[in-house]
Amino acid sequence: MRVRLEDVAVGQIVSGVGFTAGHGEVVGVVGPNGSGKSTTLRCVYRALAPTAGLVLLDDRELRAVPRTESARAMAALTQDGHVEFDFTVDEVVAMGRLPHKTTFQRDDEHDRVVCREALERLGVGHLAARSFLTLSGGERQRVLIARALAQQPEVLVLDEPTNHLDVKHQLDVLALVRGLGLTVLTALHDLNLAASYCDRVVVLSGGRVVADGSPAEVLTPDLVRDVFGVRAHVVAHPVSGVPQLLFDHLEEPRGR
Amino acid sequence: MSVRPSAPPAPAARSRLGPLLVALLAVLAASVVCGVALGPVSVPPGQVLRLLHAAVTGAQIEPAEVGQYRIVWDIRLPRVLLAAVVGAGLSAVGVVVQAMVRNALADPFVLGISSGASVGATAVAAFGVFASLGIYALSTAAFLSALGATALVYVTARTAQGLSPLRLVLTGTAMAYGFSAITTLLVFRAPNGEAARSALFWLLGSLGGVTWTHLPIATAVVAGGCGYLLTCARPLNALSMGDETATTLGLDPEALRRRLFVVTAAMTGVVVAVSGAVGFVGLMLPHVVRLVVGSDHRRVLLVAPLAGAVFLVWVDVAARLFAAPQELPLGVITAALGVPCFVLLVRRRGYVFGGR
Repeated sequence: MRVRLEDVAVGQIVSGVGFTAGHGEVVGVVGPNGSGKSTTLRCVYRALAPTAGLVLLDDRELRAVPRTESARAMAALTQDGHVEFDFTVDEVVAMGRLPHKTTFQRDDEHDRVVCREALERLGVGHLAARSFLTLSGGERQRVLIARALAQQPEVLVLDEPTNHLDVKHQLDVLALVRGLGLTVLTALHDLNLAASYCDRVVVLSGGRVVADGSPAEVLTPDLVRDVFGVRAHVVAHPVSGVPQLLFDHLEEPRGR
Repeated sequence: MSVRPSAPPAPAARSRLGPLLVALLAVLAASVVCGVALGPVSVPPGQVLRLLHAAVTGAQIEPAEVGQYRIVWDIRLPRVLLAAVVGAGLSAVGVVVQAMVRNALADPFVLGISSGASVGATAVAAFGVFASLGIYALSTAAFLSALGATALVYVTARTAQGLSPLRLVLTGTAMAYGFSAITTLLVFRAPNGEAARSALFWLLGSLGGVTWTHLPIATAVVAGGCGYLLTCARPLNALSMGDETATTLGLDPEALRRRLFVVTAAMTGVVVAVSGAVGFVGLMLPHVVRLVVGSDHRRVLLVAPLAGAVFLVWVDVAARLFAAPQELPLGVITAALGVPCFVLLVRRRGYVFGGR
């Protein structure tokens, strides 16, 4: 399934944003703080309605698709922080089945298997009976991704999926996401992770798209200097060969 | 990361739900019988059952039993049943309001509805407004002013973005203070001490003077409301994880919250109109139920009304017995019973209270 944004604008925050995530493509959305990454993604997972422009799921306009239907096609990891009630991990993941069920339908064997598989895939199967609130930040993040997978979506939208994760789990989660074969749209802070795991990188700055292409095309020292205000040196990863960035201050800080 | 296709065993809490519901229903039935039997004039449970049987089937009773029959059928039974209805309603509304505004400290009264109802009820109790409506004056006034308060809170809290949980809580709380001030002023200006006392009594909750005529509307609204809320159980789970999460799961959080607001406001208004502002039930019962069955609203919303019903039947019994022949306000008993019980539960189980 393909996701396409055309000239999306939200108030003063984002304007004229357009790019496409093709079927099965992993697209990273990067940019400095306040560049409109989350706002753009929120338009895709329908928490915000764009004030102008279109979001298309394949060739259908998203706002014309019933919410339950789009929730069966597209799952998201959001930045909702605080949970007030003591759900178990099992219960949290089972929420992913919501768009697949009618009001009076109960969870059946199939639902339980889907949820169990999602938990196992994220390596948190052993936490199933635990209280969600007692988990560490990284465990919570993985459980929430498992819930998104339990929706059995074709499109996955991830807002900073590596937040709170240690290095190993950052790599594990992104490798897993890549291996799913889904269309993935993910906001990432870490440019090196974006370079390693994304097919394409879209760079936002000041609410506009300033670059869109393969990591090697896009993540150049010039762009990093213009957009992020730091000096970058590009080196090839010694094993995978993907471009990786080493950062430095633009100017020598005083007192060094 | 291996994938095990075999289904996991259902968690213990899920499998225990059936027996728990049956047990609660049995306890509720027994509580109703005890509630009818106990009081300043006690009637043995056996006789209660016989008299109730006679009332339902139209069987003959001994002339000597007519007095007890009056007490059981005309005075106590409607009162006990209404206690059950009120307890069920407040408890279910408490669960939903907490999930809806995503705040573990919310209760049916946080939205300002009950304090609004108090204004109307106090006006009736202290000044005899609506006197032409006779015994319905108090509940009518309470319900009308509850509706007015609801509308006011809704209109004030609403913004172009919709009905945000925090605004709803803050607006409701602020309005509640305003309504309380009006109520206090009315009590203060009451023409005589007796009027002030009866207003105060109502404010703390009372089922004294309940007759069969009070039951049908309250029962219908609470039963219908509980039924509707049960159909929202799964969406409520999603809503308690956050509006954005609910959106990604295919819900419209604004529309859902609006519907829940209307339903819980109607239920609270009806309940408060017949029983006064009974505190504690709607705040603590949901937590006690969550401690036992977990947070999944599909379970909580089945268990909470039954638990609330049982609880309030016994609270009402205590209100009749402790200071007999005088009656205590229900709010005094709910606090006296509930607070220690809640503290014990929280300390014993290491309950995670709102993630803190």
